[in-house]
Amino acid sequence: MTESTATKVGVPGDERLNNLNVNKPTPWWEKIAIVRDLKIAVGWQKGMLVTGLVITVFFILLALFAPLIAPYGYAQMKDDSGVSFPTQSAPSAEHIWGTTVGGYDVFSRTIWGARTAIIAIVIAVVLSIFAGVLLGLVSGYFGGWVDRVLVVIADAIYSFPSLLLAILMAIMISGGQSGLWSGILASGISITVVYIPQYFRTIRAEVVRIKNSAYVESAKVVGASTWRIMTKHLLKNSTRTLPVILTLNSSEAILTLAGLGFLGFGIEPTAASEWGYDLNRSVADVTAGIWWTAVFPGLAIVLIVLGITLVGESLNDLADPRLRARKSAGEVVGSIEDTSVDPNEKPSARNEVIAELDSTLNPPATVTDHDPAIVASEWTGEDRTAANGDGKE
Amino acid sequence: MTENTNENKNLAEIKDLSVSFMTDAGSIKAVEDVNFTIPRKTVVGVVGESGSGKSVTARSIIKLLPETATTSGAVYLSKRDGSDSLDVLSLSGEQLRQVRGSEAAMVFQEPNSVLNPVYTIGWQIEEGLRAHGLKDKKALRAKAIDILKKVGIPDAETRVDYYPHQFSGGQKQRIVIAMALVLNPGLILADEPTTALDVTVQAEILDLLRLARDEFDASVLIITHNMGVIADIADQVVVMYRGHVVEQGTVEQVFYHPQDDYTKRLLGAVPRIGQKLVVRDREGKPIERKADWREQPVAVEAKGLTITYPGHLMQPDFKAVDGIDFTIHRSEVLGLVGESGSGKSTTGRAIAGLQKVSGGSLNVLGIEMNGVKERDFKPKRADIGFVFQDPGSSFNPLMTIAENVAEPLIVHRKYGSVAEAKDYVGDLLEMVQLPRAYMNRFPHELSGGQRQRASLARGLALKPSLLIADEPTSALDVSVQAKVLELFKRLQVEIGFACLFITHDLAVVDMLADRIMVMHKGKIVEHGDADQIMQRPEDPYTKKLLASLPVPDPREQQIHRAQLHELLAAEA
Repeated sequence: MTESTATKVGVPGDERLNNLNVNKPTPWWEKIAIVRDLKIAVGWQKGMLVTGLVITVFFILLALFAPLIAPYGYAQMKDDSGVSFPTQSAPSAEHIWGTTVGGYDVFSRTIWGARTAIIAIVIAVVLSIFAGVLLGLVSGYFGGWVDRVLVVIADAIYSFPSLLLAILMAIMISGGQSGLWSGILASGISITVVYIPQYFRTIRAEVVRIKNSAYVESAKVVGASTWRIMTKHLLKNSTRTLPVILTLNSSEAILTLAGLGFLGFGIEPTAASEWGYDLNRSVADVTAGIWWTAVFPGLAIVLIVLGITLVGESLNDLADPRLRARKSAGEVVGSIEDTSVDPNEKPSARNEVIAELDSTLNPPATVTDHDPAIVASEWTGEDRTAANGDGKE
Repeated sequence: MTENTNENKNLAEIKDLSVSFMTDAGSIKAVEDVNFTIPRKTVVGVVGESGSGKSVTARSIIKLLPETATTSGAVYLSKRDGSDSLDVLSLSGEQLRQVRGSEAAMVFQEPNSVLNPVYTIGWQIEEGLRAHGLKDKKALRAKAIDILKKVGIPDAETRVDYYPHQFSGGQKQRIVIAMALVLNPGLILADEPTTALDVTVQAEILDLLRLARDEFDASVLIITHNMGVIADIADQVVVMYRGHVVEQGTVEQVFYHPQDDYTKRLLGAVPRIGQKLVVRDREGKPIERKADWREQPVAVEAKGLTITYPGHLMQPDFKAVDGIDFTIHRSEVLGLVGESGSGKSTTGRAIAGLQKVSGGSLNVLGIEMNGVKERDFKPKRADIGFVFQDPGSSFNPLMTIAENVAEPLIVHRKYGSVAEAKDYVGDLLEMVQLPRAYMNRFPHELSGGQRQRASLARGLALKPSLLIADEPTSALDVSVQAKVLELFKRLQVEIGFACLFITHDLAVVDMLADRIMVMHKGKIVEHGDADQIMQRPEDPYTKKLLASLPVPDPREQQIHRAQLHELLAAEA
């Protein structure tokens, strides 16, 4: 900011000019996507994002510290002295959210359920993202019949109800019955099958868009291999929209997991706690006026899905400049140069264009002054290798 | 509203206009303290480079600004009959809607995106009339047909029911102008109305805007970066630079007696026909090529080269390039000129192996490209450089300049990694007159001209013997273009690569090329030494192309325009 202080137009002692964020180095943590998004969000978009983040972080903490928070284990049916828990007892001092028909503590089951949910999300996302991105890259870049076949398969999977597919997969993988890991894996993999087409579709669309861009063509002209073009140029540039789908899919993954549990294809209560299963067991309770067994796991599902969806939706809005809300500019202090974001435009210097035009008056060193070795290579003779050699200097 | 004296004389008056925008990076001031007036029945040209605030200024006149904009100052717009004058910036809602269209109308740059493809053009012209209260269907249609005739759409009675895709680009722009004229506004704001059009079509559209002034008695505010267009059409000129008005006056004043340094330099940088680019060394001696290109071996030879794009269902194949012959010698610059769709880019892409050759023979550096296998051609790629048109997209946005420039070196295994190539990449950047420190920047941190020079550095990294430049300067501002062209010439003279320079701008090609090839609809209509083509064109198409190119000199342009009209009259 030294340049601008020299030509400052403001009142002495006026700090506003210095507070403009021109040419200020950004700290590293502002480069993380979500932190940057938090910074640029305003109004209701910021509200959505913050609410979503708070809820999501809350559930992640629950999952991490479940053993400390929950008074009992997820499969625990007796207290330390060996006395069985009462069944279907109303909330009390020992069991603050009551107990279920099977004699489990509702509070503990709900807390432990967060852990199962988070693990299932991670597995589902990790498995589907790699396969989906790879297939999308290949399909989008090569096109032709590979593309046709993959798109048709993806469309076919789309046309099935996702829960039906998930049930099918759960039966195929685990025979419908399972412990903690096999149960979570079964749910995770069945969710994966449903979500691969989504990643595939998004990445493929991006790849098709950028494969004709000048920098990919320029790599082709240079003679870069297909592998290099795919990994160096296409992969990174096509993952722009992934965070959004990732969060939105996570919330859907929870719903699918709960759906599987509710239908009885999930995880056994002794292997892990799972909200969908608990809801299933509480169906009969509801008509008997026992509300606590259904409300808490249900609420947990609603809240975690809401939280993750809020994050995803607001990330989606923020990623698109057309949907992004902004503050009104208000009155801007300082001159055009002071507020410029172009790093080439140093405040108040008359600018690059003038500087360049000036430099034509005193021509700079010529190419051959600089390096006499630079001449066009021979293409006819065998001395190509010799020409290559001096490239290294 | 108190300036009664001005009201009669001036249609619009812009006073102390400042506009700021809120962006992700904070508040930005785009236009500061702009003052100028638009008299009645005059064409006012606003000229300036990209980002100089000319579009924002024009849009402020009808308050067509995004929500994030804040304005200060005033824009007084008089009614056409002179009865009243309003400060547009203080209007909102219904009042603003009344002003837009009936008092001031806008013509945008890209006619394709202005016209709605699912409605007939008649419906779209009537839309404006309906919005301002005309209901009678027959009267609406009559008005639409009438205005279409006036803007020169042949067979207007039937074509009023056509859809936009059934018209050519130039005709679409005529229709857009018709949409603006139909409400008979006092002021037409034309934002780069000819930039997206070919030079022959540009001349027609400029004639049409002159018609708007002379027959419709409207004032026209034309925004452009092209000094030739200004010389051709403007009565008054406003020169903008970085959000400020640096100079304003009549067209004669600005062209013949410019006051501001920036205007002088801008005029100096405009390419003109017959102005050969000479590069000089530090002592001021012109640098010459070491060898005469005529005696050099042939680098590229095409014989009956044909390139077709396969047609879709039942439609015939499209012949983009139709049996052309040409040669490029080593250390020669061959200029390839043509309008959009003439097949010039396709030719360039075929030489670089980006486009399959469908017929004839194309020999590039000793390799026959018709039916070539990528495996055989790959080693030759090191000898071919390519500079793309759009500096914005020719670099991978996620890689640094060093990584981008070093890519050919790494692909051809001259260096193992970017770090090893660092010194050489630094030399390359200095060769194209960029600071070494730019290596670690990302492409978006460079300006358009800098990026195009970095692109040249990448094209030359492997010391190619052939460089294909596809419109390398057409996306750049005039002064930046001058600089890039000079650098290009310097490098070509010193390094001596063969070059195919593809462009639509005759003045640019005249500055650089040894020989010129004019392409039209896939065929070469004229081919010869640069001087001969520029001074004594023989083909009628070349003649028309040359006559359509506006000369950046108002007096000369008047004579030049008369010649064009003569030529067109003779043609008809």
